Amino acid sequence: MKRVSSFAAALSAALFSASAAFAAGDAITGVVEKQPVNVTAIIMFLAFVAGTLGLTYWAARQTRSTSDFYTAGGGITGFQNGLAIAGDYMSAAAFLGLSGMVFGKGVDGIFYTVGWTVGWPLILFMIAERLRNLGRFTFSDITSYRLDQTSIRSLSAFGALTVVIFYLIAQMVGAGKLIQLLFGLEYSYAVVLVGVLMVLYVTFGGMLATTWVQITKAVLLLGGCTILVLLSLWHFNFDPSALLSSAIANNPSHEKILLPSSSIADPLSAISLGLALMCGPAGLPHILMRFFTVPDAKAARKSVFYATGFIAYFFILAVMIGFAAITIVGTNPAFLDSAGKILGGGNMAAIHLSKAVGGNVFLGFISAVAFATILAVVSGLALAGASAVSHDLYAVVIKKGKATGAQEMRVSRIATLFLGVMAIVLGLVFENQNIAFMVGLAFGLAASVNFPVLFMSIFWKNMTSRGALIGGFLGLISAVAFVVLGPAVWVNVMHFEKPIFPYEQYALFSMTIAFTGIWFFSITDKSARAALDKAGFQEQFIRSETGLGAAAASSH
Amino acid sequence: MQPAYEKIARDPRFAELVSKRNRFALALSFIVLGVFSTFVFVAVAGHGVFAAPLAEGSPWTWGIIGGWIIQIFAFLITGVYTARANGEFDSLIKSIVAEATK
Repeated sequence: MKRVSSFAAALSAALFSASAAFAAGDAITGVVEKQPVNVTAIIMFLAFVAGTLGLTYWAARQTRSTSDFYTAGGGITGFQNGLAIAGDYMSAAAFLGLSGMVFGKGVDGIFYTVGWTVGWPLILFMIAERLRNLGRFTFSDITSYRLDQTSIRSLSAFGALTVVIFYLIAQMVGAGKLIQLLFGLEYSYAVVLVGVLMVLYVTFGGMLATTWVQITKAVLLLGGCTILVLLSLWHFNFDPSALLSSAIANNPSHEKILLPSSSIADPLSAISLGLALMCGPAGLPHILMRFFTVPDAKAARKSVFYATGFIAYFFILAVMIGFAAITIVGTNPAFLDSAGKILGGGNMAAIHLSKAVGGNVFLGFISAVAFATILAVVSGLALAGASAVSHDLYAVVIKKGKATGAQEMRVSRIATLFLGVMAIVLGLVFENQNIAFMVGLAFGLAASVNFPVLFMSIFWKNMTSRGALIGGFLGLISAVAFVVLGPAVWVNVMHFEKPIFPYEQYALFSMTIAFTGIWFFSITDKSARAALDKAGFQEQFIRSETGLGAAAASSH
Repeated sequence: MQPAYEKIARDPRFAELVSKRNRFALALSFIVLGVFSTFVFVAVAGHGVFAAPLAEGSPWTWGIIGGWIIQIFAFLITGVYTARANGEFDSLIKSIVAEATK
């Protein structure tokens, strides 16, 4: 019994620290001290912006049809898409938050990276190729494949939009905090800049520009981290053992950094968080959309293969960066305040390390790359949100499939502009709010609305439109209710003493409600529509397994 | 259903493809989940093992190296699936579809 409970405790500790780093890093919550203006970093960042705008100009000239706009014509190779997926995944949070966690606590960071890497093989084995075979522009194409177009597409589009909006706000606030730390500029500059650039990339360059922005960012981040690790190793005469020994000797906790820390949580929270971490990414519209940019199932599989490799490599580097920073940053008074704490907070370990081993120019480069990561993520989000509006809501639900490509693209550009303006306004409004719950809500909604409907529509032949609609809405309502009544909003935002719903991690509950709802309201559904829904499964199944009839790549 | 789909539905090789691929995908999924759970379990049930050095006097522990090995393993196992699916399964699919759309 003791073993079981300590196992659960460790699992939850592992997963908790993981999500904490993700949430904290994504939103860079807490108080941030504005740093002195960093001119080199700003110049390097402007160079990145100029480069990506050039890419957008090039992409805009090739983006003619809706297929070009939403999926880059399906002409992205598996390798390129793998880099782009990795680019989506390697956020500023993972880079700064993870290396900061290793800097402070040691091997806790390893748990995090292992947990986040093992989700990818599962995505490959279960859904990657089926997504490609069934979908065309958005994941709602799949959920509504054999179900009622109007209601199920609206549900999925709504699910996609809510996830996008919450995630976008978190990224905007994160950008505002990061710009103060990295460039020493005002919060509002970041919010406006990120919003404007996001709109430019997406409205003009569509998926082609968004993909290449992701690829550029991934290459810069992987390259920058590799150089950072090599320069740090140089400091130890290229002896990794010396680097680690020195880290153990210099961290105030010494050998304890080799042990997982003992943050304790109950088993329910552990399972709940585990579920959200595993199923969340498979319900994030901007990640799902990436699978439609490759020509076929073969390339979809290769995308995951390369993405997993890049992600694993990046995580190993990030851990090394944290260990190196313990000695090089942690023992250098230039980076510490009078109390011996690191300047600018725990997320700054990698940034300080870049200055210590590579001087001001390298510091500028790494800061610019860290900030650029946010731009790439928000572009993907904006495109996913805009396509939910233009393809799902406008073209299929409102116009019943009779909209022309030109009309559809115009609507999606207007939607992008609208999303951009909204992101800027909300980013400014939420500057001093506690928005940590928004990332949790985005992942939770993805796991409890989008994922159950998507998963069941692919695998369960007896799912009906009524089941999907009611189950999906129950997931949506319960996820929002659990967040509002739980610790994240009821206590941390509204300042009540005790939460009405006690768990911070609610995905287990909301996912159970969603899946049960889908099941119950499907098996009790005896309508004519239900018979139609079930009859459509066989054809969908054959297409999903063989790719017969799947959308082909458009040629240029 | 269109005739091509009907033909595929009746083709015994289609049933064979589905069961082969599902078995393979499930087996690999269980391996991944098993390895991950073992890693977490070792971290707790045997704190000693997790923080134990690989060799006398080495700063490298089973926890760090094990974690990295699992990450590399995750990459390799996606490679194993991709190789078999892109080769064996895809050529089977190709011949099933060619037969049905003839």
